[in-house]
Amino acid sequence: MKSDSKLEKLLEAGHFAFTGELGPPRGANIEALMKKAEPLKGMVDVVNITDNQTAVVRMSSFGASLLAIQAGLEPNFQMVCRDRNRLAMQADILSAHAHGIKNMLCLSGDHQQFGDHPQAKGVFDIDSMQLINMVKNMRDEGKFLNGEEIDGPPRLFIGAAANPFARPYGWRVHRLAKKVAAGCDFIQTQCVFNMERMREWVKQANEMGLTEKTYILAGVTPMKSLGMARYMKRNVPGMDVPDEIIKRLQGVDKKKQADEGIAIACEQIQEFKEMKGVAGVHLMAIEWEHKVPEIAERAGVLPRPEV
Amino acid sequence: MIVAERKPFEEVAASIQDYKKVLVTGCATCVAVCLAGGEKEVGVLASQLRLKAKAADKDTAFGEATVQRQCDMEFLAEMDDLVPEYDALISLACGAGIQFLAERYPDKPVMAGVNTRFIGVNRDVGWYEEKCKACGNCVLSQTAGVCPVTMCAKSLFNGPCGGTSNESCEIHKDQPCAWFKIHERLSRQGRLANILEVFPANDWRNQKPQTLIQPGYEDRKAAFAEEK
Repeated sequence: MKSDSKLEKLLEAGHFAFTGELGPPRGANIEALMKKAEPLKGMVDVVNITDNQTAVVRMSSFGASLLAIQAGLEPNFQMVCRDRNRLAMQADILSAHAHGIKNMLCLSGDHQQFGDHPQAKGVFDIDSMQLINMVKNMRDEGKFLNGEEIDGPPRLFIGAAANPFARPYGWRVHRLAKKVAAGCDFIQTQCVFNMERMREWVKQANEMGLTEKTYILAGVTPMKSLGMARYMKRNVPGMDVPDEIIKRLQGVDKKKQADEGIAIACEQIQEFKEMKGVAGVHLMAIEWEHKVPEIAERAGVLPRPEV
Repeated sequence: MIVAERKPFEEVAASIQDYKKVLVTGCATCVAVCLAGGEKEVGVLASQLRLKAKAADKDTAFGEATVQRQCDMEFLAEMDDLVPEYDALISLACGAGIQFLAERYPDKPVMAGVNTRFIGVNRDVGWYEEKCKACGNCVLSQTAGVCPVTMCAKSLFNGPCGGTSNESCEIHKDQPCAWFKIHERLSRQGRLANILEVFPANDWRNQKPQTLIQPGYEDRKAAFAEEK
């Protein structure tokens, strides 16, 4: 084992992983965080703790990850390249391991322009690919980015994101290959709505042998309403929401839209369970943490295996 | 070239309000091409300042002078006889020129008349685009002549990021995704292999004040230091 991660153990044992997400509060409100954490217990294997997501200041991913551990969850500590340079990143990676964090997800981060401090200087000293490679070398070679020896290397299970939906489509799988080459152990994809494109991308990843080198967890986000689906289609960079999703939500009574959104998500999860090359699902129930037990139940992923 | 834009007039006017004789200086190179600080813009600013002074019943005098390059002491020297007649200077040169002017005349307050924006190109008259951040480690040979540091909003060396959408950058639909462009051009040239490997973390060389001496010119610098 590369780490002490429960996610690694589950995947190595051949279980279908089911991961969740938790956005830290916009303040030091521990109670709010604990309240959001509660419904995730026993429902997901690890919980992604977002890092100033959408470039909005929140309690840090590191701090909230520690609270998640206290709450009985295993965090997947997210780290973006926007807010820290290579010194701060390596320092936080060491600290994360020292405090019992076992998973991390390496991301570029949304541009600061989208957030609540658009005047901020974006750091982007290294990119997500270089971050993956840096953590990998810290863990496996025991070396800092500058090549110097680490006294006590951090043992983290290394994740990365992938987006199968941007053009040119043919390049997407090669970019995945770069992340695998850089050293990621698992992938959590962008929210999948376009299943056709997802199937094609996974097929390509299978053909290139990438799914034998990394675990792919498909990103699933249940639509809470027709408005949300429309907003994501129009306004969220990198999202590919096909018209058929919009039409399906349009086809039901407004009060039933949330239920229909969950039904769509559960159908996706069902298909992913059967899809060769997909090792799990990453459920991003945005500000809908309390619905996770219902989704997990309806998707038939309970009980979560113990390892 | 260096691209600059004129500062708001009121800001410039406020910066010299306590002085009686003000010399407005221009630079005939980059800032003249980008219509921000050449002889013509010096004339326009001086006229505006005169009108404002007159309207306020002030007798401030404004002179005008434009040299070939404010980033060169040899050209700045042309103003040595003129500058002592003034209480303050306004420079419409880029940030480099303004600083060199201030260094040449350390007893004179120097006010900036422009905001220096970027190293860029002349797309059309009055239309300029940033192209280079002077990072000090050029990868344009590998990236098909599209700079990932400048043209990608996150300066990614292994892009694109998850925000790339319909060939555009996530910051704006009219901003092309640099990595889409890089892929497109490399693909066209049959050179995609260039970006299959992971680019290592960059050696940022623009993080401190820099000096560059071309090979063969080291002695000149040594002699200059001795002279001082």
